[in-house]
Amino acid sequence: MNADTQTPKIEIRELTLAYGSYVVMRNINARIQRGEIFIIMGGSGCGKSTLLRQMIGLKEPAQGDIFYDGVPFWQSSDEERQKRLRTFGVAFQGGALWSSMTLAENVGLPLGEYTDLSAADIAEIARLKLALVGLKGFEDYYPAEISGGMCKRAGLARALALDPEILFFDEPSAGLDPISSRNLDQLILQLRDSLGATFVVVSHELQSIFAIGDNSVFLDANTRTMRAQGNPRALRQDSTDPYVREFLTRGESAPAPPAPEPLRV
Amino acid sequence: MSNEHPNARLMVRRSTSGSLVLEIAGDWLARAGLPGTDTVERELAAAGGVKALEFDTRALGRWNSGLMTFILKCHALCQANQLAFRAETLPAEVAKLIQLSQVVPEKKDAVRTVREAPLLPQVGESAIEAWTGTRRMLTFIGENVLAFLNLLRGRAQFRWADAFLVMQECGPQALGIVALINFLIGLILAFVGATQLTHFGASIYVADLVAIATVREMGCIMTAIIICGRTGAAFAAQLGTMKVNQEIEAFQTFGISPVEFLVLPRMLALVAMMPLLCLFADLISIAGGFLISTLMLNITPVLYLNRTVEAISLTSFLLGVFKGAFFGVLIALTGCLRGIQCGSNAAAVGQATTSAVVTGITAIIASDGIFAVICNALKI
Repeated sequence: MNADTQTPKIEIRELTLAYGSYVVMRNINARIQRGEIFIIMGGSGCGKSTLLRQMIGLKEPAQGDIFYDGVPFWQSSDEERQKRLRTFGVAFQGGALWSSMTLAENVGLPLGEYTDLSAADIAEIARLKLALVGLKGFEDYYPAEISGGMCKRAGLARALALDPEILFFDEPSAGLDPISSRNLDQLILQLRDSLGATFVVVSHELQSIFAIGDNSVFLDANTRTMRAQGNPRALRQDSTDPYVREFLTRGESAPAPPAPEPLRV
Repeated sequence: MSNEHPNARLMVRRSTSGSLVLEIAGDWLARAGLPGTDTVERELAAAGGVKALEFDTRALGRWNSGLMTFILKCHALCQANQLAFRAETLPAEVAKLIQLSQVVPEKKDAVRTVREAPLLPQVGESAIEAWTGTRRMLTFIGENVLAFLNLLRGRAQFRWADAFLVMQECGPQALGIVALINFLIGLILAFVGATQLTHFGASIYVADLVAIATVREMGCIMTAIIICGRTGAAFAAQLGTMKVNQEIEAFQTFGISPVEFLVLPRMLALVAMMPLLCLFADLISIAGGFLISTLMLNITPVLYLNRTVEAISLTSFLLGVFKGAFFGVLIALTGCLRGIQCGSNAAAVGQATTSAVVTGITAIIASDGIFAVICNALKI
């Protein structure tokens, strides 16, 4: 795939993240192609989530911009940004389900707001989306009544509600047991393959990163910029940066384990 | 063994090779009464020419962090006096733990230094803070006005079901507490009035006093304060928790305005319920006054009711009800504003709730004062 021949789905250009005058990250550049699973990785507190928040319109960057289909995001009008937001799906770290609504209502609310579907159709779609993430039969449960992993999956179902072009996922594996975590990775891969959506995933779980990542950016809190980018498996093998290699091999100098999955793209 | 829990003992002696040997014996557990390093220091000062610090732990019993901190202090002492620190004779576990605590060097800039800012910058910072707070509040009020206009045009992201639910929570479910407090207020007003007015043989005017005070002021003020503590605090806690759970951000990422979806239903519910609650409060309060007057002041029920009806003018009544609705707006605004501004941890939710009630009650009393001045000027 030649990246230069087509407009990337997402392009981050010279982005600077700052809280007031405190710069967290500067000079972030990345090109993400349609259908890729793009990983934002790095140690704790390096600004991964902050970068995600800027990509989904929750926090304005200090400098630079993000281009979706070649269109600048932050420099466009509020109305255009709102329209763009509707092509996104965001799955938050803890699910962030609306606690006063059932799972079906959670998934159905965006549909009710942005489509003219009847209540019965909305319920049908909500049921389908919940079934996609393995929560068939839990439509009428409230978020407080299900486990953390289920909340996370329900959050993914809600993110899928409007058939998004880009899905953002904050820490899919955090707080999950190894099997649930692997199942969620499988789910992400299947959804990417079947929906053709682009994924942006914030993660520091190595197994998950290697299992699903096609492309990545590695943020470093010390240098306050991105330290590497590319396919995470390739980075593990070939990165010339010892810190990146150390991170990707958990600091174990033993030969890297074989890639768990054949390359998909 | 006769003594199962021997006390911690420390003995210091010089060895032949010119080093100081610390004999550590007994149980070294982190409780009160462990020997400090002062004897070691004293010995070091007294005996010159010491080159190293050694340990003799043959008589050491059980130990935990109490021993560790002592050894670390000795280690620091060695570094300060440029002595060799001989850890070989320490138990292997102690040596390992000491090593572990020394692996990562102390991050010098991580240690916090509390600096007392001079007066002038403090004043400046508080002024800036007050200004940003005011601007935020004005922005929030503006957003609410825009949301309301959107609602009038039928374009707001708003569900009536939510509003009705809040109405039920803040209206009918508050009747009990509103009734109790206002009944007591009616009793108190009647008592206060009676003690003064009977001096002049004018105890019949207790009815006027209770009626006017209740309908113009006390009914709506007391109801507003109760609802502020009850519902305003609940709003702040609900929205604050939603903020902590990222639920509010989830609304934003769907392009759903939190003000339209969360604040507007609460606002409308309170504006609808507050006048009704005030009406109810007036009635109950007058009933309280009625009870005292008829039972203790020998005023006949018919006379009391007649005086009451005569005393209340339509303007006073409408003024009270209008103020009730206005206080409803204030309660919803402060409760929701503090909730939405809430930080993202549990302590912040508590602060948001406190702040909502404090701001709310202050705003209610202050605006009531302004109403009083306006009414006086307009001779209402």
